[in-house]
Amino acid sequence: MWTCLSPGKNAGAAAAEAAKIDGVRKVLHADGASLAKQMAEPLEALITPLAANYDAILFPATTTGKNAAPRVAAKLDVMQLSGVIGVESADTFVRPIYAGNAIITVKDEQAKKVLTVQPTAFKAAGAGGSAAVETIPAPNGPFKSAFVGEELAKSDRPELTAAKRVVSGGRALGSAEEFKKVLDPLADKLGAAVGASRAAVDAGYAPNDYQVGQTGKVVAPELYVAIGISGAIQHLAGMKDSKVIVAINKDEEAPIFQIADVGLVADYKAAVPELLEELSKAGL
Amino acid sequence: MKVLVPVKRVLDYNLKVRVKPDGSGVDLSNLKMSINPFCEIAVEEAVRMKEGAGGHAAGAATEVIAISIGPEQAQETLRNALAIGADRGILVKAEGEVEPLAVAKLLKAVIEAEKPDLVILGKQAIDDDSNQTGQMLAALLDWPQATFASKIVLDGSKANVTREVDGGLQTVAVELPAIITTDLRLNEPRYASLPNIMKAKKKPIDVKTPADLGVDVSPRLKVVKTAEPPKRTGGAKVKTVAELVGKLKEAGVI
Repeated sequence: MWTCLSPGKNAGAAAAEAAKIDGVRKVLHADGASLAKQMAEPLEALITPLAANYDAILFPATTTGKNAAPRVAAKLDVMQLSGVIGVESADTFVRPIYAGNAIITVKDEQAKKVLTVQPTAFKAAGAGGSAAVETIPAPNGPFKSAFVGEELAKSDRPELTAAKRVVSGGRALGSAEEFKKVLDPLADKLGAAVGASRAAVDAGYAPNDYQVGQTGKVVAPELYVAIGISGAIQHLAGMKDSKVIVAINKDEEAPIFQIADVGLVADYKAAVPELLEELSKAGL
Repeated sequence: MKVLVPVKRVLDYNLKVRVKPDGSGVDLSNLKMSINPFCEIAVEEAVRMKEGAGGHAAGAATEVIAISIGPEQAQETLRNALAIGADRGILVKAEGEVEPLAVAKLLKAVIEAEKPDLVILGKQAIDDDSNQTGQMLAALLDWPQATFASKIVLDGSKANVTREVDGGLQTVAVELPAIITTDLRLNEPRYASLPNIMKAKKKPIDVKTPADLGVDVSPRLKVVKTAEPPKRTGGAKVKTVAELVGKLKEAGVI
């Protein structure tokens, strides 16, 4: 039996949505101030006692899920499986390690299973269900952590790890001004997020949170456009699961071309303005 | 304030990951191993708390202890932390893979003896990518946690921590003692100077075993297969930008 848990404050709408998901039998709706920001401590206090009724507890591999799941697992004395991308059977799961450079199949014979699941790896279920929504109390605390504030990205661009299209720049761009001047119009045209190689970040051309790579963000958009990126291993680890990779680089020996679906050996200075023009012609 | 920093020895992040042909794991033989980059950031932050750098008051940390769980060679990883500026090291000697849950239990045992006020560790190791140890440790100790930290401001009996969350930044206040896990933006670790590397060789490292700490580290999970990710069939080139856009239309991505 699948139960969906919808924790939050005034999250009734989310609970009602969850009730429509195919295959969901029951929605537990916990509503209270302590859950407003879905912080790890109250989530642990909410979920751990519920675990007795379930064989497996799944969290999305979002920052919220990653934050709370291991707390629940530890309380249950269960070793967790992180970032699951495939389910082979009731006790056998597939997940990437080394930033996706190796894929392991893992047998989990623990009586209770705690997983975080990579949402992009599974097809969303339909919305033809009508599960019952049961309201349960939110934990009261006291908790030793408190929400102070948040600063959510105000950019009109999509979030890097969730974007369908990503435009990334490398050290070849030469300066922070050039980085912005070249990538911003292209990102705007494509409705893309902007990323950068570690070399570009280290050189100060782009902020740290732009970094795509093994030690930065791992992205898998439908379209990844690499401008002036040579393709160091550590960068490739962060983007090689993109559906279509475009590389524009004037060095035809650049390793990025080995994995690019569409490579263009050209100076970005000429190629990017031309690309903007061609995209306009294509109706973008 | 006493700060404990757990560090992990992993395959150097610049090296290419090779899966063994028989699918039994990742080939680590004769390859350079380094301190996990997120752990290095954790050590740097703790040392800045001691030095009064990075926005921290001088002496905010009075002692920085690095701890590693791993084989004998994890001593090198500890020396690395000591060269950055940690005061002493603890090695919990364990061969083979030690899962995050077991690591958290070992750390808990050490914490009960050492009584640090703050534990700073990497948000994840770049080998198993689990992202669990800090959170598990916090739960086992019933301590608050602030994961994925990009800024730490110590304020008496609490720490205000800015966290990198999906879509932006979140700031939380945690009462000490607490667990903080580091994200990339927290700081840029220094290169250890030669004199500090030499000094680090003389700093003490205490060696323990899981048995000393009363923790069973036998794995719960069984890896049945390790495989290469699906190969990309890249390498196609176009001559013009128009041709490039044509390919994107063909692929249905624009």
